[in-house]
Amino acid sequence: MSALPAAVAGDLIQAVYFAAALLFIIGLKRMSSPKGARAGIVWAGVGMLIAGLITFLWPGMHNDILILTAIFVGGIAAWWSGKRVPMTAMPQMVALYNGMGGGAAAAIACQELVRGSPFAPAPVVLAVIGALIGAVSFSGSLIAFAKLQGLIKKSLRYRGQQLVNFLVLLATVVGGAWVIALHGNAPMQLVVAFFALALAFGVLVTVPIGGADMPVVISLYNACTGLAVAFEGFVLGNAAMIIAGMVVGAAGTLLTQLMAKAMNRSLANVLFSNFGEGSAQGGTIAGSLKPIDAADAGVMIAYAEKVIVVPGYGMAVAQAQHKIWELCQLLIDRGVTVRFAIHPVAGRMPGHMNVLLAEAGVPYDLIGDLDDINAEFDTTDVALIIGANDVVNPVARTDKSSPIYGMPILNADRAKNVIVIKRGQGAGFSGIENALFYLDNTRMLYGDAQKAAAELIQAVKATE
Amino acid sequence: MTGIIALYIFMLAAFTGYEVIARVPVILHTPLMSGSNFVHGIVLVGAMVALGNAHTPLEKTIGFVGVLLASGNVVGGYVSTERMLEMFKSSQDKRKGGKA
Repeated sequence: MSALPAAVAGDLIQAVYFAAALLFIIGLKRMSSPKGARAGIVWAGVGMLIAGLITFLWPGMHNDILILTAIFVGGIAAWWSGKRVPMTAMPQMVALYNGMGGGAAAAIACQELVRGSPFAPAPVVLAVIGALIGAVSFSGSLIAFAKLQGLIKKSLRYRGQQLVNFLVLLATVVGGAWVIALHGNAPMQLVVAFFALALAFGVLVTVPIGGADMPVVISLYNACTGLAVAFEGFVLGNAAMIIAGMVVGAAGTLLTQLMAKAMNRSLANVLFSNFGEGSAQGGTIAGSLKPIDAADAGVMIAYAEKVIVVPGYGMAVAQAQHKIWELCQLLIDRGVTVRFAIHPVAGRMPGHMNVLLAEAGVPYDLIGDLDDINAEFDTTDVALIIGANDVVNPVARTDKSSPIYGMPILNADRAKNVIVIKRGQGAGFSGIENALFYLDNTRMLYGDAQKAAAELIQAVKATE
Repeated sequence: MTGIIALYIFMLAAFTGYEVIARVPVILHTPLMSGSNFVHGIVLVGAMVALGNAHTPLEKTIGFVGVLLASGNVVGGYVSTERMLEMFKSSQDKRKGGKA
């Protein structure tokens, strides 16, 4: 396609890739502060656009129609789905798009391997490792998507699961090593078996992981895809892919660690422990659940001096963030001090709650994270828990036998009164009974968070 | 590209990624995860080159799937990140607007 001499086109392409890599790093850097965040994605977007366009000039490229068709179809589908989903479904969409990237990296490796031409040692090693990581990230992310989307409801666990997973991984690695030993010039059956095993491993390792751990897993697969992209970038001699992939791989790994740390669990623990298996039996908790109606709860918060709102997944599910903010504005106008306390792993992604509150227009200065707000619960009249569960469970501080023991929690139980808005009486996502709900100063307001918030608004208005 | 140069790039890029994210406030973790998800969409250029050099029907099929998936990653990653960050644009204005 290129009308330029090959050497000139090559230099031009490299220059544009260099600029793209720079734009990605600047974009990510800007995304790390609230003020410049919006501009950050635009910078990165420009980098992606120029890198994509210049690639058409690559010497010897053909199949332009096929390339354009694939970009068009994939792009439109992603555009349509990305614009259409509600904000609450964003975690699974990130998982889905991330899986697609992993799949693309695996496809690049797959194509190089079926070509059957012999490789130099370093590229074949990285091609195979990248293929393995990319394929696992692809199938694993799809399972994560299906779970968060509610397409898969159960976490499949069975006896000997670790052993089965280990054997599948072992077989995958042996297959990969075999491909490497053949310098990438492997028979088709072997390549197919290798990819099938890698994909199967991604499914097997993700299926038993519970919904509460999904943020960590999505973040991990995000980092994995980055690494796979970097490795395939090396195989193709593409510096932009190496840099962008590696930056994401490192950043994603750090982010994953931050998240796992916030839950006081190691990554190995998230991936390989049978979390939730023993918790079904749970500890029996003395006391009873004491319901309250919206009118009483409304009076309680209307005459409080200080209210801390603790949002959780229940708020996301009910899309209640706007109503909650409306309620809080009413309280603020009455002179009540209102703050929002956000646990790092509340919701399905770190910062999930922040995104939703930002959508509703809650100013940042009202929002506190774990460290800076926990001391304030002691001086708080009402802690209003909206669909949060495990992140406020005091069992994490006290009960050594609990699976969430040691996880830092929001000390909502130290507030003078606690009102919990909750859909029903069932246990939380992790299946652990919440001791907070049984405390003497806790009242349960049953119902959908949005409806409950609307009722509270009426109740607060009625006190005027 | 020689192996040792690539090794340097790997190392420097890894530190860059680490540094870029080290001082990120928690509130931006989700948009940043989504944003980095968009950035590894650069796999698209690799997938384009792979498809652009494909000859047999099998290679073309795999290459096509690669480009299809990669463009989903790019566009989906951009749209979702943009939607999230849109909300952080000007909370001050929103606060005024919300009360009006």
